[in-house]
Amino acid sequence: MFDFFFQLHPVIQGLAKGLAVIMVIFPLAGACSLAERKVSAWMQGRPGPNRAIVPWIAWIPFLGVFLQKLGVFHLMSDGGKLLFKEEPVPGHVNKFYFILAPALAIMPAFTTVAVVPFGAYFDAAGAAIPLVLANVDIGLLAVFAVSSLGIYSLILAGWASNSKYPFLGSIRASAQLISYELAMTMSVIPVFLWINAPGQPGTMSLAKAVEFQSLPGFWGGSWFIVLMPISALIFLISLFAETNRHPFDMAESESDLVGGFHTEYGAFKWSLFFVAEYSHMIIGSGVFVLLFLGGWNPLPWVPLSTAAQLLGITGLPLVVGVLSIVIFLAKVVAMIFFFMWVRWTVPRFRYDQIMKLGWQKLLPLSIANLLFYAIAIAVIQK
Amino acid sequence: MAQILFYAFALFTLACAVGVVVNKNAVNAAMCLLLALVGVAGLFVQLDAYLLAFLLLLVYAGAVVALFLFIVMLLDTKDTASRGFRKVSTFASVFALGLLATGVSAFALRGRLTTPNPNLAAAVGTDLKHYAYQLFTTYLLPVQVIGFLLLIAMLGVIVLSKRWEGLDDIK
Repeated sequence: MFDFFFQLHPVIQGLAKGLAVIMVIFPLAGACSLAERKVSAWMQGRPGPNRAIVPWIAWIPFLGVFLQKLGVFHLMSDGGKLLFKEEPVPGHVNKFYFILAPALAIMPAFTTVAVVPFGAYFDAAGAAIPLVLANVDIGLLAVFAVSSLGIYSLILAGWASNSKYPFLGSIRASAQLISYELAMTMSVIPVFLWINAPGQPGTMSLAKAVEFQSLPGFWGGSWFIVLMPISALIFLISLFAETNRHPFDMAESESDLVGGFHTEYGAFKWSLFFVAEYSHMIIGSGVFVLLFLGGWNPLPWVPLSTAAQLLGITGLPLVVGVLSIVIFLAKVVAMIFFFMWVRWTVPRFRYDQIMKLGWQKLLPLSIANLLFYAIAIAVIQK
Repeated sequence: MAQILFYAFALFTLACAVGVVVNKNAVNAAMCLLLALVGVAGLFVQLDAYLLAFLLLLVYAGAVVALFLFIVMLLDTKDTASRGFRKVSTFASVFALGLLATGVSAFALRGRLTTPNPNLAAAVGTDLKHYAYQLFTTYLLPVQVIGFLLLIAMLGVIVLSKRWEGLDDIK
């Protein structure tokens, strides 16, 4: 059925796969901004966006009104508005970096997608083949390395704006991102100590982490959030800080910095920052799901292979692949809902509280956690 | 193909490195440094040393240059950037250039450059376990010495930045 695809030049195949993934991520990130407005409205007991509608869909009884109340057409109208608005470039900015910054925000966010596996299928021998653009051995390291380049968009946006509030926002952002990177990196080391068991080739592949959460037995089948709750907690908190989400959104901080690093931006350049923020959230949630929530396994102690057997679809790799992608995406969406839930529940920290939390609480905790698991894993795997 | 890619990345890296030196604007210089590091990472990828490439991106491109930019923005560098070369710095740079030229020519003429075993290089550069094993066995001493150097630098920063007056318990 898909033979013609495999006869294409490998470069064209790669481009097609990459474009396909980006064409999922970009609208998903846009949909997140709508979901954010809907979730916040829901939490605050108001209807939220519920006006926009395409005329000929309004003629459909019930469904049209339902979609209107759900606000799905606001996504389209928002996108259209932001695209066709006048693009203001203030006179006092450094034009080159001012225009470069939003592009720099998007690039790392979409590049990291390449190494994040989002599903798996089983070949004839029963081995799990992960669905990923580039199945490299250093998976997680590549995610960290490329996403750490996203900081330059914040710094340059703030600096090029040549104005006080954006500058303060970008200074805060750069200090915060560097502070939480340490705790974040330390918190995932126990997972990879456990995966790199003696006698196996060394790896930091995310697919391998999922493989280790789908083994038989009580300990083999439990997700890493059960085995390493502290690691998961530290990683989650650092993820909030790294993606500049509430309660860590010091870079924007509307109450004291107007809009933070994007104060001087408007129209589509402004929305690119938000697409980048939401794609960072999607990728970060994906990594969290892969590392701690079992990836594409439907339930703890019920790996994908068992689920496929129960449903009787073991012989259909295409169906299993789609099922695994659906499970993975469902978990990611649940994580994003959690992000929004926290945003509209917890008030924003003060800047000194953020620095104190990062350096005086999370960093020592992650080091202690690492030492504990290093000793425990050495004893168990001896 | 590999040759063309190598020359492209090498030229790109060199051009960016020159940009770091000649740029008057400190932010432009820092961005050139970032691009030069990305170019070096590309060269590492061509050597199949993916691990080194991504570590370079993670540590230097992701954190160190960001700190450079951070400092550049905090300090107002306008008046220092426009100052011309002083006599002593001109002399020092010519001297350093001479040393560099001597070193490179000696390395090119006398150094016995053999083609390294590609399998070995690939194994050390890509396989994490092998790489870590090398760090903790063959290269243990350099790692420890560098760690000690960094510790000294950190202590120095703490001593310099701490205000000692208010702290009675340290006296």
